Parts: sequence; C-alpha cells; structure tokens
Amino acid sequence: MILARKFYSSKMKGLLVLTALFVAVFGKKTFEGDQVLRITAKNEAQIFLLKELSEQEHLGLDFWREPVHESLPVDVYVPFHSLQAVRVFLRYNQIQYNVMIMDVQDLLDDEEREMVKYRTIPRSTDDFVYTAYHDLNSIYSFMDMLVAENSNLVSKIVIGQSYENRPLNVLKFSTGANRPGIWFDTGIHSREWVTQASGIWFAKKIVTDYGRDPVLTDILNNYDIFLEIVTNPDGFAYTHSRDRMWRKTRKPNSGSSCVGVDPNRNWDAGFGGGGSSSNPCTETYRGPSAHSEPEVKAIVDFVKSHGKLKAFVSIHSYSQMLLYPYGYTSTPAKDKAELHELAKKAIASLQSLYNTRYTYGSIITTIYQASGGTIDWTYNQGIKYSYTFELRDTGRYGFLLPANQIVPTAEETWLALMAIMEHTRNNPY
Amino acid sequence: MASTGDLEPTHYPARRAAQVALHYLNTHHGSPFRVFGLQQVHKASAEDVAAGGRKYKLDFSVTDWGSGSAGPALRCSADVLFPRTERHSAPKVELHCEALQQINSTAQEDDAFYQKYISPDSTVSARDIPDSFGNMSEEMQPFWRLARVAASFIMLRESSENTEFNMAKVASITQQESSEEQLMLEFVVLLHDFPSQEIVQWKLLASWSPDRGVRVLQTEWQPRCPHATKPPN
Repeated sequence: MILARKFYSSKMKGLLVLTALFVAVFGKKTFEGDQVLRITAKNEAQIFLLKELSEQEHLGLDFWREPVHESLPVDVYVPFHSLQAVRVFLRYNQIQYNVMIMDVQDLLDDEEREMVKYRTIPRSTDDFVYTAYHDLNSIYSFMDMLVAENSNLVSKIVIGQSYENRPLNVLKFSTGANRPGIWFDTGIHSREWVTQASGIWFAKKIVTDYGRDPVLTDILNNYDIFLEIVTNPDGFAYTHSRDRMWRKTRKPNSGSSCVGVDPNRNWDAGFGGGGSSSNPCTETYRGPSAHSEPEVKAIVDFVKSHGKLKAFVSIHSYSQMLLYPYGYTSTPAKDKAELHELAKKAIASLQSLYNTRYTYGSIITTIYQASGGTIDWTYNQGIKYSYTFELRDTGRYGFLLPANQIVPTAEETWLALMAIMEHTRNNPY
Repeated sequence: MASTGDLEPTHYPARRAAQVALHYLNTHHGSPFRVFGLQQVHKASAEDVAAGGRKYKLDFSVTDWGSGSAGPALRCSADVLFPRTERHSAPKVELHCEALQQINSTAQEDDAFYQKYISPDSTVSARDIPDSFGNMSEEMQPFWRLARVAASFIMLRESSENTEFNMAKVASITQQESSEEQLMLEFVVLLHDFPSQEIVQWKLLASWSPDRGVRVLQTEWQPRCPHATKPPN
C-alpha cells in the first residue's frame, strides 16, 4: 500500500476511474485482486514483446503507459483473471517489473473512506450524522461534544477501563444532587451495532426533550439517567478493524488460544449454570469467574456504590423482544406480574410508531436459558425494573442492519423506554 | 427443557420449529426474487411420537422479503418432526401454505436475471453482501436471495430443537462456469445460531434456473479462525 501511495497522483486517479468505467462496461463486478504493474523493459526486444502482449485482447489489459522505449516505464492495469498469465509471460522473458498497486479494490475503498471521513467530521451534535454507523473515536467525540454543549445537564463519568485500557464512559444526565437513577446500556455485545447507534440517538433525544417534553422533564427532575453507549469498547473496535461478527470482550484466556468472554454470561447470577459455556472458544463463554471482565466489574461497582438505581435496561440486538428476569432459572421473578404488564405496555407504545412487532416475556421462556446475565444480577440487587431489549430485526439482516433503520429503531425503542421510565417514576419503591 | 401440549406461540420452542418450516418453504419456493420470512406464529403444539422424536404442529404466517414491506402475509400450517437419533438427522417437514400459487409471480424478473447472467462471459464475483453497514447494491440483491435460499438447505439439515438459524452474511459469491444451462454459484455464507450465538461458516455450490429452481450440489463446513467452532450438531 505504501508503494501505491508514492506513485499515486491525480492523473493516475483519473486513469483509474476511467479504467474502472471501461472495465465495468465489460461486465466486471469488482476490482478485487486486480493489480497495476510497472514494467521496466531493458531493450528494444522486450519493448516489442510488450507491444505484442498489449495486443492480446482476451487478457483485458489496459496500458496506462504504453510500451514505447526502454528508457520509459510501462504501466499496465491487469485484471485478476489475467495476472497469472502476465506474470508467467514477464518471468519467462526475464522482463523486470514491480507491483504498483497491490489491489485496486482496496485503493478504491480507501479513497471512499477518506472522502466519507472528510465529508462528515461533525462540529456539533447537531451536525452529527445519526443515520450512519460510527467508529469508537467518533462516538467518544460525540459524547464530549454533547457534554460541552449541555454542561448544565450532562457530564461524563469514567467508571473503569476495558481490558485494552479504553475508558468506560457513562453519560450522566442530572438536574440535581442525590437523586435515584435509571440506567441504560448499549453495545455490551459489540457486533450489535444498532444498539450503540441507538444509544447515541437516545443521548441527543434526552438533551433535546428536557425542558420541552413534560414527561421526560418530570422524570429528569426526579431521577438521574445514566447511559453507557459503548459498554464493550474493545469488542467494538475489533468489529471495525478485524471481525464484524465479534461479540465478546477481548481479554485473552489463559491456557487457550481463544480470546474473549461473553459479558452477558459473566455476572454473578446463576453464574456457571446452563445456558453459558465453560469453553473459551465459544461465544457464550462465561469467563473464569463472575465479574472477571473489567467491563462488567466496572458496572457492578458503579451499581453497588450508587445504591439507588431504580431501573436498569440493557440493550441488545437482534430479534425484537423485551425481556425481564430470569434467564438462569425457571422460577418466576417475584414481580413477574408487574414486569409482564409493564412490558406489554412498553411494547404497545413501541409498536404504535412503525407497527414493529415485539415479543415479550421472561428470558428463559421467551428466548433461551442464559445464566450469568446482566439483568438477573441487577434484579437480584433489588433493581425491580430490570429489562433487556433485543432490537431490530428478526433475522433478515440480523446484526448487519442497514443504517437507514437506525433512527426508526431508536425512535420506537425510545417510546418503550419512556414507558418504563414513566412507570418507574409513578411507582417509587 | 421439554414442552409438550399447547405452546406459547411467541416463545422459542414454537419459534424454532416455525423457523425450520420456513427453511423448508424457502428450499422449495425460494428464488432470486422470493425469500420468505416468518411474520408470526398463531398456534403451536408439540407431542412426543412413538418412534422417538418430537412433532410440532404449527399455524403461522409468512411474508415475502422480495416484495418489500408491501407484500401480503401468507398463512401456513406445518408439521415439523425432530427425530431422536444417536447422530443428528435432519428434521422432517410437511407444509401447506394457502394461496402459494396466487402470490404475484416473479417469472419475468427470474427470466431477465437468468438471461443476464447465463452468458458465458458472465463472471460475477463479490464479497461481503451486505457489508458491515448493512449496505447491498441493487444488483446484488437477487444473489443475496439465492444465497439465502441455498443456505436454507444447510440450515434445514442442521436444525434441531436446540438451534435457531439465520443467515448472517454472504461472505463471498463466485460465479462458476454454467453447466446444463444452470447458473452455477459458489457461496461462502455465515450462519448465525441463536441459542449458542455461534457464527458458522459454510461453503456451498448451488445451481439455479427458472425451471429447476435452486439445487445445492456441495456443502463444506469451514473453520473460522480463531474459534473454529463446529456447527452445534
């Protein structure tokens, strides 16, 4: 790639685009594996051979610099299917060359990414693009901007560090001291991208609606809201850089080549039971012990030291469900009837917006047995209104939900969250 | 976790069985312009059967993802039998959907698509459909659907009462030389199993034509570094 950058000029860019169009017309669908070679002929005989090569139409070659004279380099665009033949030809005839562009598609992709990045560095949270997926740096910048723009309402708390030493940032929305609190987290499973994206939208929604929406204003005048948008930042960074399907944390496991613990099996509630795995190479690996993951421990410590959280909602995707405890046991939760009724109401609000159908019930009956889960622990700590969401969709796109569904998902989910918050406010305990 | 008798239609035992019926439906009626998704389970029950196994009776509705959100819901009923054998064997499905023949035919789109790509020069090749951001070009959509239908053969075969499969992504599509007037496509697909949360990778070779529909000729499980977890069964 460095080689390519050195030779890359605007003329080449023009040629590249032209070639792209030319090649596209002839039915190619991708430029993956295509290369650009710089050939150095050492004598007239080699120039003659290269001219002959250029006449082999079936190879689909495009000479950016024609073979003219041995003192001038010959640049040729070689589609993937012809690479082997061309290389053999050059080697056989002892014609020197080097690879100028390793993979044309990569170059085009980089170009695209640069353009997009340049276009969309926001200067304020009003500038921020809520209809797109963002990387970790962008999200952390968003948080700082939101705090700076609303410093009377929002502050940022760092509750700990991830395994790879990234800050675990929580936004605190507060209008007074010593209040009971409501907690939301998104992105505990890093591949569930619509959740972090929705978390960003919720943050903006709260600052927008405070002082405008009477229900939210009343809630915030009595409760603090805590929002952890990227609950698993190491995993999230990994979904951008290496593996879009990464779910777990990124902590290595001793005695195993497999990395990561499922942060939603690592809590001290039925820890080690059915519905979690003891194998580090699995997606539901529970970890060596309860709260072994710093990402989990940070929340545990926060909840315990706060002592007055009254609602706790952990947000996942996909499958369109609203779930309440328990996941680790089929014994019904003490408050099951109330939790069930509230879930029903919340889902009705959600559905009222875009007619998105949700299922609701306890974790173990509705989705599967899962032990060591977040809301089982928070419920057992006495946080009665403990819920887990599974956002859109139901499997068509799954984790790869198109960005144009971020805002509709966030909007409808917000209605359900408001129903939960309102009920919490109206039923203090 | 055994459930016998009437089942809560929105809960997982019924849903998993319905998903199996969906995979079966798609293997039979899926095409580049038609893939069915589960809309809702209306009624479900289960019972043990004499030969050893559990049979689910389902009443459910499906929609065609190919026709966007405007499509009508089709009502279906199915019997899904999960056998109890020492080694995993595929569930057996009997399925009836109302008005299957009456839904808008996709013959025109099927033919146009077939004509476009059956030519000997056609060398479609693509990766990451959709991409990380859920984007998929218009041109790739019929290929995604074909992959989804072909994947349904595998998902059906691999299903049990303890699995719930969806196709997470098409990792790659490579058109092969057409054979016997069939479009030949090699897919690498990533399947997502809900209960285990595992991502399972399969390479498969499928053929399609408007007349013969989708056939899967070869399948090969592929390890994914670094986990290399085998399919749940």
